Amino acid sequence: MSIFTATKEASYRKRLGYHSTLLAGICCMVATFILMGHMSTRSDIEEAIKQDELAMLAEVLPMSLYDNDLLADKLTVTDHLDSTDTRQVYVAKQDDKITGFALPAIGNGYSGDINLIVGIGAKGEVIGVRVISHAETPGLGDKIEIAKDSWILVFNGKSLNNTAEHNWAVKKDGGEIDQFSGATITPRAVVNAVHKCLNFFMQNQAQLVLASINETKPEDDSKTSSQKTSEVPNESI
Amino acid sequence: MNQSDGNVNSVDYKTIFMDGWWDNNVALSQMLALCPLLAVTTSATNGLGMGLATLVVLISANLVASVLRNIVTPQVRIPVFIVLIASIVTLVDMWLNAWMHELYKVLGLFIPLIVTNCAILGRVESFASKNSPLPALADAMAMGLGFLWVLVIIGAARELLGSGTLFAHASLLLGPHFEWLEITVIPEYQGILLLVLPPGGFLMLGFLLSLKRLIDRTARYKQDSTAETVSPTSTIEANP
Repeated sequence: MSIFTATKEASYRKRLGYHSTLLAGICCMVATFILMGHMSTRSDIEEAIKQDELAMLAEVLPMSLYDNDLLADKLTVTDHLDSTDTRQVYVAKQDDKITGFALPAIGNGYSGDINLIVGIGAKGEVIGVRVISHAETPGLGDKIEIAKDSWILVFNGKSLNNTAEHNWAVKKDGGEIDQFSGATITPRAVVNAVHKCLNFFMQNQAQLVLASINETKPEDDSKTSSQKTSEVPNESI
Repeated sequence: MNQSDGNVNSVDYKTIFMDGWWDNNVALSQMLALCPLLAVTTSATNGLGMGLATLVVLISANLVASVLRNIVTPQVRIPVFIVLIASIVTLVDMWLNAWMHELYKVLGLFIPLIVTNCAILGRVESFASKNSPLPALADAMAMGLGFLWVLVIIGAARELLGSGTLFAHASLLLGPHFEWLEITVIPEYQGILLLVLPPGGFLMLGFLLSLKRLIDRTARYKQDSTAETVSPTSTIEANP
């Protein structure tokens, strides 16, 4: 580093104290800038993430179906059969009547987890399924994305009632859902995840409905609960 | 590193730009920054986005390092520069996330990768810390743009052969005015999957490197034949 010695070097610059003070000073300065940056962008980032979440939910639950704030009406439900299976469920309501739910689902894909969101109508039918994130092979497994292929729409309208248990599988496994050429593990993972998600919903429907009623205003509790029982059919129980 | 080791006082902007663009190109000559280069060039748009983000960071890092060059001592320069680069990248990351969220969703994964881009530390260390802000700015522009075109070319080649499109989703990156950039060159194209997968990055980089060597060598031959000096050393130089 001849260049540094070429400039006139004051003796204090050779001291250890100068180096450490310099490094500390730069770190302090930089930390201040980052703190300022964080303060000025925090609310915007939170808002953007919220908008992302809403946009993702709008994909699986049509906006016309609800008038509540989905992000506020979020429940944490644990499967009463399997205590390790806990999911965050979004509850869609129109005029305080439950019109649908959105549940996350995780498929065990070819290369890691496939994160899905499943929209389920009040009658237990699938409204829509979308992939949130995945690490499947580009060109083969990524046809599960709506942007690449319309395959994911095969689930629309399917429920545990209109599709028998053994049909919840890809055709190769004797089910009724198409796999796509070159990839079987990926669609199989998605089918299993959606099926498991529907089972979860049916198993815990009572718990879900009860929890979302308790969440509404306490003063008209009796009124809403009577509405709810008529509104949500208990086909699973 | 021709320029950086040259005379500090006289600044030749033409050499700076030629160095950045071709002669001393970050990726093709210095062979730096290959990790982000291989990782993001699955499409031309990704390459462009990564190139632009790197350019912004490189310019800011070079400017700051150049301003601080008389304060920073050789003993602590590396940690100081790393801290500066990392914080610039963090700020860019936050600003993009807050104010250009659509773009962030495309590029978000790659932004933190810029910290690991040794080309930036390389320029700060070998050029900005020895030169005044204006030449440092020119150097950052030249080097950044040199890296950008390599990213776009490799990305475009991989995208074209791998999925038959060019600049897909470019409007997400540059805004709706740039939809004309999105071309489906070969419709209903099955694609050479290999090129979109990681090995494709290595292959394309290899092709581009050999192409550059070839062009450099032909240029040298031409120069030699016009000067009518057939020197055997020229061929040796062409194959370092």
